[in-house]
Amino acid sequence: MANAQYAQLRDWIDRWEAHLIEQRTYLTELDSAIGDGDHGTNMVRGLAAASARADAEVPEHVDDLFKAVGMAIVSSVGGASGPLYGTFFLRFGATAGHVRELDGADLAEALGAGASGVAQRGKPELGDKTMFDAMSPAVGAFAAAIARGETPSTAANSASVAAHAGREATAELVARKGRASYLGERSVGHIDPGATSTALLFQSLAEALA
Amino acid sequence: MKKLINAADDVLAESLAGFAAAHPELRVDHVNRIVYRGEPKPHGTVALLSGGGTGHEPLHAGFVGFGMLDAAVAGEVFTSPTPDQIMEATARVDTGAGVLHIVKNYTGDVMNFEMAAELGGSIPVETVVVADDVAVEDSTFTAGRRGTGVTVLLEKIVGAAAEQGRDLAEIGALARHIATSGRSMGMALTSGTLPAVGKPTFDLPETEMEIGVGIHGEPGRRRVPLASAREVAEMLVEPILADRSFAAAPTIVMLNGMGATPLIELYLMFGEVKSILDRAGVTIARSLVGDYITSLDMAGCSVTILEADNDTLALWDAPVATPALRWGM
Repeated sequence: MANAQYAQLRDWIDRWEAHLIEQRTYLTELDSAIGDGDHGTNMVRGLAAASARADAEVPEHVDDLFKAVGMAIVSSVGGASGPLYGTFFLRFGATAGHVRELDGADLAEALGAGASGVAQRGKPELGDKTMFDAMSPAVGAFAAAIARGETPSTAANSASVAAHAGREATAELVARKGRASYLGERSVGHIDPGATSTALLFQSLAEALA
Repeated sequence: MKKLINAADDVLAESLAGFAAAHPELRVDHVNRIVYRGEPKPHGTVALLSGGGTGHEPLHAGFVGFGMLDAAVAGEVFTSPTPDQIMEATARVDTGAGVLHIVKNYTGDVMNFEMAAELGGSIPVETVVVADDVAVEDSTFTAGRRGTGVTVLLEKIVGAAAEQGRDLAEIGALARHIATSGRSMGMALTSGTLPAVGKPTFDLPETEMEIGVGIHGEPGRRRVPLASAREVAEMLVEPILADRSFAAAPTIVMLNGMGATPLIELYLMFGEVKSILDRAGVTIARSLVGDYITSLDMAGCSVTILEADNDTLALWDAPVATPALRWGM
């Protein structure tokens, strides 16, 4: 069974950045409908800072890489996405530890810790129409696949599928957290931008581990 | 988009540079995007720190100076500042008596200030979260009411109390008292345009207006046909008085412009608001009319009413010297 290598995890972040750049306008459109129209801009700025920091610090282990990524995101994204994604990566790295590769169970545990960090920071419930509606099912699908004996690569595919399904399902939800919640019923019919960037995060993981 | 800018990505840095040039009496940290007083407070005096996304000028940097804030931390347009900026400013303004963080109730601002207070180490911090916008239902089904106009009044009143040398516990208690004693409601005639986006945040036809709008271009709760100033004043004041009766004590009333509405209309609106409050038995002891908490180039206004006891009024009247509020000096 192929473990996830350091280089693949570094590639995960690069791929996420590429997807965010490509989808910047789309993310901004989604955010203009129910938020304040800056999610694409903020995420692209944050990932540029994360890559720059990872390039400058040249970390060699998973914990140092994701500490750099997490801190760069916390200190450059702002808004709610900064603390939430920052917390995700900080917890992911701290749980993964000072290693160069992760097996499926390690990766499942680190992803789970990241999602728990987001839950603590933002206190979302499933169905609140947030990034958690994509993240929680993705992390759950990953862990379930690993438990069935699948490889990290196929588990990441399941996680990506679950994240995209969770993202699409946010269209029918009434927002209960963040700026979209001010719209109440008027938020129905719009896909959540945070769930969209999270779906891209898990899609990128699947591509990086493929 | 028609804006007086050079490049969308440079707006914040260049605006801050211009602010520093216009206000040599203040000190600007361009790297961390923090505006400080030129002369720090005396040792042992509680410091006031606020911050938030930019695009609401003069809030917050325009309220740095004697009698109000010790520092303001600037985020990107409509985006909360980050924990490292807030930690840096907190460490620099503390004179040994602790720091009050004044936070407007938005998910991002609350989380970033929370992370800063958690990671900030040994400096005692009290936090007040302002949540005065009655347009939002205060329930577990929303992020809670937004922080709007009361923030301006609170920074002035609590700033004056800090100059008197009150301790951090008293300052925190006063700030929370002011935060819960005021209510606001806003409306928009047009949407604002973020420089980085280049087109209006929401589409509002010529014949319609948005009631209950926030200060980030987030649409309000209700879109209605354009009406007269008198009717708009009713739509703003009525939900405020339905939420809290202001008949028991004197009040401070702010009629605030959203950024693209001329003062001639704001004064006209203040007159309409005063007539309604007179009929409702609400006494206006002090008033403030102008652009104080804006939403880029949005046209529209908001009404803020704050219940004020004698202590509050004395603190309101106390000297202040900031770029945007200045009297008694």
